[in-house]
Amino acid sequence: MQYASPLIAVLLTAVFGLLLCVAAGRNPWAALYTFTISPVSTLYGVSELLIKAAPLILIAVGLAIGFQANVWNIGAEGQLTIGAIFSGGLALHVASDGVLLLPAMIIAGAVGGMVWAALPALLRTRFNANEILVSLMLNYVAQLWLSYLIYGPWRDPQGFNFPQSKPLVADALYPILVPGTRLNAGVLIVLVAVIVGWFVLKRTFVGFQLRVTGLAEPAARYAGFSTTRAIWIGMLAGGAAAGLAGVGEVAGPLGQLFPTASPGYGYAAIIVAFLGRLSPIGILFSGLFMSLLYLSGEAAQIELNLPSATTGLFQGALLFMLLAADLLVNYTIVVAPARRLQEKIS
Amino acid sequence: MMPSDIKLATSPSAVRLALRGITKSYPSVVANDGIDLTVEAGRIHAVLGENGAGKSTLMKIIFGVVQPDVGTIHWEGAPVEISTPGQAKRLGIGMVFQHFSLFETLTAVENVALGIPGRSDLAALSSQIVALSDRYGLPVDPGRAVHSMSVGERQRVEIIRALLQNPRLLIMDEPTSVLAPQAVQKLFGTLRQLAAEGCSILYISHKLDEIRELCDVATILRGGKVTGICDPRQETASNLARMMIGREIPACRHAPASTIDDPGRLTIANLSVKSDDPFGVDLHDISLIVHGGEIVGLAGISGNGQRELMAALSGETLADEPSSISLSRVPIGSLGPRQRRRLGLCFVPEERLGRGAVPSLSLDENSLLTANGTPMVQAGMMQPAKIRTFTERCIATFNVMCGGPDAAAKSLSGGNLQKLIMAREVLQQPKVLLVSQPTWGVDVGAAAFIRQSLVDLRNAGTAILVVSEELDELFEICDRIAVIAKGRVSPIRPVSATDIKDIGLAMTGLWSPADDTRTPAEKGARIAN
Repeated sequence: MQYASPLIAVLLTAVFGLLLCVAAGRNPWAALYTFTISPVSTLYGVSELLIKAAPLILIAVGLAIGFQANVWNIGAEGQLTIGAIFSGGLALHVASDGVLLLPAMIIAGAVGGMVWAALPALLRTRFNANEILVSLMLNYVAQLWLSYLIYGPWRDPQGFNFPQSKPLVADALYPILVPGTRLNAGVLIVLVAVIVGWFVLKRTFVGFQLRVTGLAEPAARYAGFSTTRAIWIGMLAGGAAAGLAGVGEVAGPLGQLFPTASPGYGYAAIIVAFLGRLSPIGILFSGLFMSLLYLSGEAAQIELNLPSATTGLFQGALLFMLLAADLLVNYTIVVAPARRLQEKIS
Repeated sequence: MMPSDIKLATSPSAVRLALRGITKSYPSVVANDGIDLTVEAGRIHAVLGENGAGKSTLMKIIFGVVQPDVGTIHWEGAPVEISTPGQAKRLGIGMVFQHFSLFETLTAVENVALGIPGRSDLAALSSQIVALSDRYGLPVDPGRAVHSMSVGERQRVEIIRALLQNPRLLIMDEPTSVLAPQAVQKLFGTLRQLAAEGCSILYISHKLDEIRELCDVATILRGGKVTGICDPRQETASNLARMMIGREIPACRHAPASTIDDPGRLTIANLSVKSDDPFGVDLHDISLIVHGGEIVGLAGISGNGQRELMAALSGETLADEPSSISLSRVPIGSLGPRQRRRLGLCFVPEERLGRGAVPSLSLDENSLLTANGTPMVQAGMMQPAKIRTFTERCIATFNVMCGGPDAAAKSLSGGNLQKLIMAREVLQQPKVLLVSQPTWGVDVGAAAFIRQSLVDLRNAGTAILVVSEELDELFEICDRIAVIAKGRVSPIRPVSATDIKDIGLAMTGLWSPADDTRTPAEKGARIAN
């Protein structure tokens, strides 16, 4: 049943979406087509699906390593942003071109994400500060840093005063894989991340220690598996993955820096991780599904005249349905009058 | 057999509670299978059975926590359906659980008030508590916070809470498992007084001697069925045991320790640890030596620092002074559990599910929890084939009943899981083995097996430290014995030089420095490093 609940959640979200369309006076079957088929009916559509799925899957795999150990990194959005700043800054202001530029950007992005994730890890392990709050708040700090840079020192002098950096040179961009689309070599990094994530969690002793820490902390302490180490590994894995996703945006579809580096991939990836049951293979599929939600949200604006909030609405509905399905797989709702309930408790 | 020499407050033949044909099935097991039980007014009625015999399910049915699939319940002659504990209380049924349900931060009277529907007048309730406590010899200070109370006091709070409802049937679930022998006698006095006043008592236990001393009638359960009804005072312990487990209780083959191998294998010298838990127990200046080839027992009522001491010895909490714990003269006080295990110190904790084993993981993965050196892990990679071999060896050597190495730990019965954990630690050939409550909640057959395996391990030269609340067990397997009370450890004595009465007295924290028979070396043992 544990594996059925994501499917139930997806199904319920679809039903919810159709009801919403009916309520908004749209033809539900046309809407269903718009949401599921039309975004991926062309080669370009499929490539866009993969481009959007790439950061989601990448980040979710990194987060899952921490989540398995009960390390709750909610700061992937900020770590992605810092990864974009580090890699973009390297290409714009340090090294200008050469074959080593892109590899250097990849490393810089991963390091940036890890630095940003190291702050909550340090505060948690040194002062027992809750990593959920710290990592979440650092998202806003990272966002403000990016805004400051793009509105200030890094603004393109020839950009007609638009808030954007100079475009990156060709050496700083991932090569395009399929001509005529935006699909680039960044997706290969995602495939590697999925395989590495699966290998770490399922085959290595470190992965086993992380899982034990998440399942039963007293057992981990009894066995002598360090919680501090689990926090560091969990946070840094998420940070590195999110930083790489930042590189993927800057060196991929964006091609330059804007005041916002991501349309909420860092948050959506949390849903992707849970929808994929924290397993890298599951995340591969849930990431593709979440990417479809992004695309169908855009299609809904164009073809159905629905507002742009549709994507966020569906993401929220999906998370809600997943949480509900997970709960109701394990519990039954009993309707009881207040008096009988009181007796049961006493 | 029904003894008729008991004076009853109500009419002599009054039947207070009658169960007929009670059956309750769970998906994997029939917990109660056609059980009949008749409790007369003013009688102390024992329900005797091993773990898993169906005692708890039956009590839950009587107290309205669980509904039977089949069968009828008659309360004082009238058929009833008991669907909630609240209803059971209104009928006049009270229950004192084995694991107390008290809020540590609240006072006794506040805890009692929580069990009464509606708002209570705490002052009036306090005087009621004092009155009850005088009447039944249950000293309780209503204004004291529960966390500052001993286990015995907490149990008295629970009993008073049940008595305030004026029960006509009081269910006591394994009440003596937390008491020192002297406190047991006081509890028996209270229960006899209650029975003389007409309150029926259902007394759940697996301790034969207590039942023979206290109870008028015994209903014996085995495998969910009634296997006998008798007057326990007329039966021998071995007769009762036969009805309870279907055969004689297997005795442990145990010769005195032959050779001391490596004196001072585990040396604890002036160990003091402050507990992190505000309701924990601080350890004060503990010194204790365990030689290779002997079993040292540590008796004591739970909650006197056993948990903290075992955590300090296993490495789950670190000692301030590295040399306060040493293994074969190597200071290990500052090493973590994995480093200590590499030096040969293994540990069987009292909590099996969630600490000794991860419930949702397979037995293979649970092997890896502590048996994770070569060849199970090589270059950071798990070696599934090697792990499988080790798990299969654990299962075969200790005769663990399970669905194979892929079964989840939570699918095993308590006894089999304990055997598996013991096997995992024993097969690592430890130099020192720490065992906490080795047979707690384990059926009699598995308990005998576990004790025997400890003795065999001792004979192979391992130094073993056993913490247990069961004095009989300690006297059966130990070579030397000490008591832990309020975070201090009493002078250690050879088992032959002490008896249950002495140890029972020491469990209350009373021992004089003159009792100290340790050598000066032991007293001040501190290994130079």
